[in-house]
Amino acid sequence: MVTVLDRDSELRRRAWDAAASVVDPEIPVLSIADLGVLRDVVLDGDHVEVAITPTYSGCPAMNMIALEIEIALERAGFRHPKVRTVLSPAWTTDWMSEAGREKLRAYGIAPPQASSSRRALFGEQAVACPQCGSDKTELLSEFGSTSCKALWRCKTCREPFDYFKCH
Amino acid sequence: MAVANIQVSETPLVLYALRRADDALILGHRLSEWCGHAPMLEEDMALSNIALDLIGQARELYTFAAQAEGKDNDEDKLAYLRDVRQYRNLLLVEQPNGDFAQTLVRQFFYSAFADLYWRAMMNSRDATLAAIAAKSEKESAYHLRHASEWIIRLGDGTDESHVRAQAAIDRLWAFTGEMFAVDDGERALIHAGIVVDPGALRGRWLTTLSDITREATLTLPQNDWMQQGGRSGRHSEHLGHLLSELQSMQRTFPGLTW
Repeated sequence: MVTVLDRDSELRRRAWDAAASVVDPEIPVLSIADLGVLRDVVLDGDHVEVAITPTYSGCPAMNMIALEIEIALERAGFRHPKVRTVLSPAWTTDWMSEAGREKLRAYGIAPPQASSSRRALFGEQAVACPQCGSDKTELLSEFGSTSCKALWRCKTCREPFDYFKCH
Repeated sequence: MAVANIQVSETPLVLYALRRADDALILGHRLSEWCGHAPMLEEDMALSNIALDLIGQARELYTFAAQAEGKDNDEDKLAYLRDVRQYRNLLLVEQPNGDFAQTLVRQFFYSAFADLYWRAMMNSRDATLAAIAAKSEKESAYHLRHASEWIIRLGDGTDESHVRAQAAIDRLWAFTGEMFAVDDGERALIHAGIVVDPGALRGRWLTTLSDITREATLTLPQNDWMQQGGRSGRHSEHLGHLLSELQSMQRTFPGLTW
């Protein structure tokens, strides 16, 4: 016998999986669950509300992500899904999953340092090259192709690469 | 003019949020004017990225202001449907880009303040303001580092870049006092622990400026006379021109959406 509770938790899991399938449009190897952007999925009857948290204040991908969550939920059979933005507590790169960091590295983007302390923001940065693993790297520009990335270069393999900045 | 200006009920909290939102939007818009014109590709991307951060901060602060007001306004109306006398930003941020030195000195003065200010604001008793501050603080730290490196490079660079950087400092200095001024409404918010007293940050702000300008072989003016007015809507002639561009689509096609 299926209880109401089972049915709800099964529905919620389906809604979560659908929302979690959405990827960052700029970094398509990372899902919003990997990024730590997906915060909560709340079911009320058949209505579903997804809470997400913005990464960088001005990140233009957030609008796209919200739209894609709605589409993913409608495809999964949820009608009139809602996406809500929560600001508090503020997102940090510390919320990025280990799997997410590994996916980033494999994609050619150096993952953020483990702790987004001010030391990591201002101190000596040691960013390993995502291509060859060398730690002989240098910063080319603090601001890269998107607001979350900086442009670096490896002195060993001479390849330029993106670094996902601490936030 | 097809669209009337909106009215805003400026309670102390609404006015507070509008002032900070206007600072971020106007400075972000100014920086966006460099897009496609910066002296090198990396700088084009850097200035556009900083503009994006600031406009993002403005959006969150406008949304906060609209919620605090509790009327029919929203972030778009607050940005697009207020006229120049309703804008509450610092005179500093509306000053024209000028040459690259003037843009970077303006950014340096502002970011050195914003970095301290948002870090202190993370302790606000208002959870939303504290969350906005937690984001803005990290972004401001990157902006400050970028501007500081340029001030050193320009000041300690060629004779030409030194002269231009010093001229920009002398020209913009009188607009910095306004960052630290508070009125009675804001003082009440300070006492309630909702916002922090910017005046208490001036000493550390000066230390940052002194350290960087010394390394850059530049000099801070001794002149303490400060121009004010932006916080109460009395602006320089430059803001009206900026708004006519920023608002032109909504003024021409009311309610336009992408």
